[in-house]
Amino acid sequence: MRSKNLLRIGSALGIALIGAGALAACSSSDPLDNPDTTDNSNGGGALVVGSQDYYSNEIIAEIYAQALEAGGYEVDRQMRIGQREVYMPEIEGGKIDVFPEYTGNLLQYLDADATATESQDVYDALADAMPDGVRVLEQSDASDQDSYVVTKEFADENNLSSIGDLAGIEGLTLGGNSELEVRPYGPEGLKSVYGVDVAFTPIEDSGGPLTVKALMDDQVQLVDLYSADPALASGDLVMLEDPEGLFLASHVVPVVSDAVDDDAAAIIDEVSAALTAEDLVALNAQSVDEESPAATIAGDWLADNDLV
Amino acid sequence: MNLFADAIAWLADPAHWQGAGGVPVRIGQHLLLTALALVVAAAIALPSGALLGRTRNGGAVIGAVAGSARALSTIGVLTLVGLWLGIGIGPPLVALIVLAVPSLLAGAYSGVQSVPDETTSAARAIGMSGAQVIWRVEVPLALPVIVGGARAAALQVVATATLAAYTANVGLGRYLFTGLKTQDYGQMLAGSILVILLALALELIFATLQRIAARHASPSLPSKRTPS
Repeated sequence: MRSKNLLRIGSALGIALIGAGALAACSSSDPLDNPDTTDNSNGGGALVVGSQDYYSNEIIAEIYAQALEAGGYEVDRQMRIGQREVYMPEIEGGKIDVFPEYTGNLLQYLDADATATESQDVYDALADAMPDGVRVLEQSDASDQDSYVVTKEFADENNLSSIGDLAGIEGLTLGGNSELEVRPYGPEGLKSVYGVDVAFTPIEDSGGPLTVKALMDDQVQLVDLYSADPALASGDLVMLEDPEGLFLASHVVPVVSDAVDDDAAAIIDEVSAALTAEDLVALNAQSVDEESPAATIAGDWLADNDLV
Repeated sequence: MNLFADAIAWLADPAHWQGAGGVPVRIGQHLLLTALALVVAAAIALPSGALLGRTRNGGAVIGAVAGSARALSTIGVLTLVGLWLGIGIGPPLVALIVLAVPSLLAGAYSGVQSVPDETTSAARAIGMSGAQVIWRVEVPLALPVIVGGARAAALQVVATATLAAYTANVGLGRYLFTGLKTQDYGQMLAGSILVILLALALELIFATLQRIAARHASPSLPSKRTPS
């Protein structure tokens, strides 16, 4: 019995080894796997699609992932990785191949001295600023950028339409994630660009329900919401104009590694061309109001646009 | 990059020890919040735990309450209460109270419950009133276990009070959140070190209190032995 068991274990090991060898042979003969990417640190031939820890970003990443899968690519999903400071080193290190980004915010991250604010200027500057081995594909019409938002009531009371109209109002408190306090468009930028003085209160939910509630309750008077936030559709909130370009124009743009070949890039470009600003708000609303999972929302949108 | 060197450098920078966002102010806020949460939690948990311990038939209730409250996600409670009360110090305070209650409740219950019936009967037999039985017999005997519960609660609360920074400009958690989101890991580690030091200090204080309570509860025993 003992020797039989040993034999069985031995043959199982043998089969496993042969299997591993066959897999290795498969991946090395993969026609999509060009020599440049064989020692790519993600291993294997799958394209790694990542997303920020932000539901809207995850939906876009899921759209890329499903479109790529429909185009015959193998996809490894690494969603909800975190903030830019965490995932950018991973992208630069070749561990992530496709990542939805936002032109303005990414440019400011890569080049704090960047001066471009117009959509196309930002895109061009961003393309130049991309690190080696990583590039941006075509930007989408959809934008999701930081914007300063007040309640409709507060805007009417103080006759506000632009951020600059806040200058001179006493006792303003800005609410947002703690990193907003040190961002160039945070309290410092408000002061230097618009002459607006604000105190700061951290609300660590990235413009989520706690942030909106704090604004509605007048615990803070000004918050940073994303321009595609479904909360803006309610009519109770007013997005302040930003004539001085405190915030950079920030359109949805895919950041890709060299592992993304021309065919894959064409698939993603088609998605970017089809994704409008209204679509993005609608996708976000589906996530927030109907609590649909990102994969369902992405699949429905792709089907509606005849992209799968 | 040596994170510990960064953290030490951050702590050594006098600029970080001044003003409204300075270390002394943050530590003060952190301790105040911890103390407030513990006091409110104790006011809720100690009388009810002691009462149930006295009647000796609340074990299942205590187990259920303490167990389910421990399973609650603190950040979940914080967000829920935040949506109800709005941002500020209220939501983290409620979340910390919910965190502290189970340990305090369990301590008070098992402490009082462990006082033998013979002891309380004997106290009554020598003419003690109900209040005297509680304050001169049951409480001193139960105290080491009650303080043990408070010690566990204090440790949890002081470590979790970092979450106050989720909805308020308060406490050492501000260094953690800001450091994390801006890749300033030196600041983040410095904040963590400060929290650890506070936790150790509280642990020392409560361990000493527990030893004093134990000596008081059983004066005849060598001081090292704590009844459990």
